[in-house]
Amino acid sequence: MPAPGPRSRGLVLATQELGGVTGRSTRTCILGAAMKIAVCTKYVPEAAANARIDPQTKRLDRSGEGSLNQFDVHAVEEALKLKEGEGEGEVVIVSVGPERALEAMRKALAMGADRAVLVSDDAVAGSDLVATSRVLAAALEREKPDLVLFGQQANDSDGAVLWAAVADRLQRPLVSQVAELTRENGKVRGKRQTEYGYDVIEAPLPAVVAVSDAINEPRYPSLKGIMGAKKKPQETVSLSELGVDAGEAGEAGSRTEVYALGDPPARGDTVKIEDDGTGAEKILAFLQEKKAL
Amino acid sequence: MKTLVFLEDHEGKLQRDSLGVLSKAASLDGEVEAVLLGSEVEGLAAEAGKYGAARVHVMDDVLLAKPLPQPRVDALEALIGDGGFDTVLFASTVLSADLAAALAARLDAGLNWDLTDVVVEDGKLVGKRPALGDSVYVDVGWTGEPRLALIRSGTFEPQKHGGEAQVEKFEARLQDFSLDAQMIEQAHEESEGPSIEDADVIVAGGRGLGSPENFSLVEELAKALGGAVAATRAVVDAGWYPYATQVGQTGKTVAPKLYIACGISGAIQHKVGMQSSGLIVAINKDPNAPIFEYADLGVVGDLHEIVPKLTELVRARKAA
Repeated sequence: MPAPGPRSRGLVLATQELGGVTGRSTRTCILGAAMKIAVCTKYVPEAAANARIDPQTKRLDRSGEGSLNQFDVHAVEEALKLKEGEGEGEVVIVSVGPERALEAMRKALAMGADRAVLVSDDAVAGSDLVATSRVLAAALEREKPDLVLFGQQANDSDGAVLWAAVADRLQRPLVSQVAELTRENGKVRGKRQTEYGYDVIEAPLPAVVAVSDAINEPRYPSLKGIMGAKKKPQETVSLSELGVDAGEAGEAGSRTEVYALGDPPARGDTVKIEDDGTGAEKILAFLQEKKAL
Repeated sequence: MKTLVFLEDHEGKLQRDSLGVLSKAASLDGEVEAVLLGSEVEGLAAEAGKYGAARVHVMDDVLLAKPLPQPRVDALEALIGDGGFDTVLFASTVLSADLAAALAARLDAGLNWDLTDVVVEDGKLVGKRPALGDSVYVDVGWTGEPRLALIRSGTFEPQKHGGEAQVEKFEARLQDFSLDAQMIEQAHEESEGPSIEDADVIVAGGRGLGSPENFSLVEELAKALGGAVAATRAVVDAGWYPYATQVGQTGKTVAPKLYIACGISGAIQHKVGMQSSGLIVAINKDPNAPIFEYADLGVVGDLHEIVPKLTELVRARKAA
């Protein structure tokens, strides 16, 4: 912990002594109590290789088959491991998407998650980060989990930032890019890779954690799990049930837009040669010609 | 336009990518200022003037000593509100991505990320964003202010404009939940030579090396060229090389002047991390490796013979 600062640290201690801050969830985590974990998942087009952006709407074409974002499967696995490690707890899958996203969420139920909550509403389509995080945070406020888990990124839009927006809306501590996660004494501790090496960050629960796909090897659902998944509670909620105004979601609630689609800048000509024993010389000549040395 | 550029520092230096973004901002219309948040960082601020910042706002506080995003959200919220900034640019890093996204939620502001360019078209700021494995480029914009943008790493080169920056200190009240997460350990790998984000030359190794010991071939060539060593996900997962060197979808995005790929097939997950490199040279024994579709020069052959020979040739030339 850093040395006490001139101002804020004293304030923090004061508010903690008073038992929390107004406007913030004050749910406390009792040592050893059953933990409720919410895993946020995204429904993405089945084959990322065949994904396309609709030139009319300039949105990702989501009309085809979909599945659970592969990065989120690691977050589901980590939630199940935490629950199994403690012998009790609840794992809730939370998502925002079209009705058929429930089918993809059933994969998480088949893996062992207990329940699924899908926010599905026509007014949600086209939501950007600001709007999506607002809807997701509202769904999470309703669940009041001790821990919110995210996967590393969505494999359809390469977005890797949603958790931080959600953590800010929930006013909860954030640990991202976590490759090792442990929980003890009402805290979570995450080890993560950064540009410079690794960090270990600790945060009191309730907290928001985003895990990297290096954290675990997700299990495959068993046949029994798949059969049982359909019978597990699966709930679809609308924006009005969450108290979110339709004007705060979808395009109306978004602050970014897409103007146009184009081709990537073309690279120059490519040359491929067979090494006849002079490959190294040819590379050197090429680097000299291009003034790359 | 009044633009604020977030400066990131590491071990007493301003991060190169954030100076690159600052240089780019200075080439656009309007006023450009920068912000530096940390503990005992005030001395670094003036440097930003050379890259085009007219003013550098500094919050120097021990509570900002560790590179954690949440207290920085509070600091930027205060600064942006007081300073009338309509655009805020970040060079994308582990820290700044979380910071920008949380700030977007806090300010109800639009955030576009992974941008490889920003331009002003008809008086409007437009971001260029590669999507779907970089197969499509999307022009993106903002429908409100402030406009927040994360720029892909390695996109803009720092350029000295030669100005003087006025350094102004500010303070902000940090929210208590912002201080809940604590950095309890930071282990930064010591590496010789430039990091892959900073290097003009990168020599990268993949599974085609055959064994972890053979990374020495890649290291020797990198040393001869004054470059850095990178690795593919496959070999990082196999434990041959550290994650900090991983290039690709789940690693870093790099854009050196020269990228030499040794024993790398070049699947799309790798391609997205390095295709913006100036020159790409590939050595691979499989003539059907995807990397040959986008390498400027591809050599089909045995890297175990070609790479050491190339290292010798480069050394000889540099000595001459």
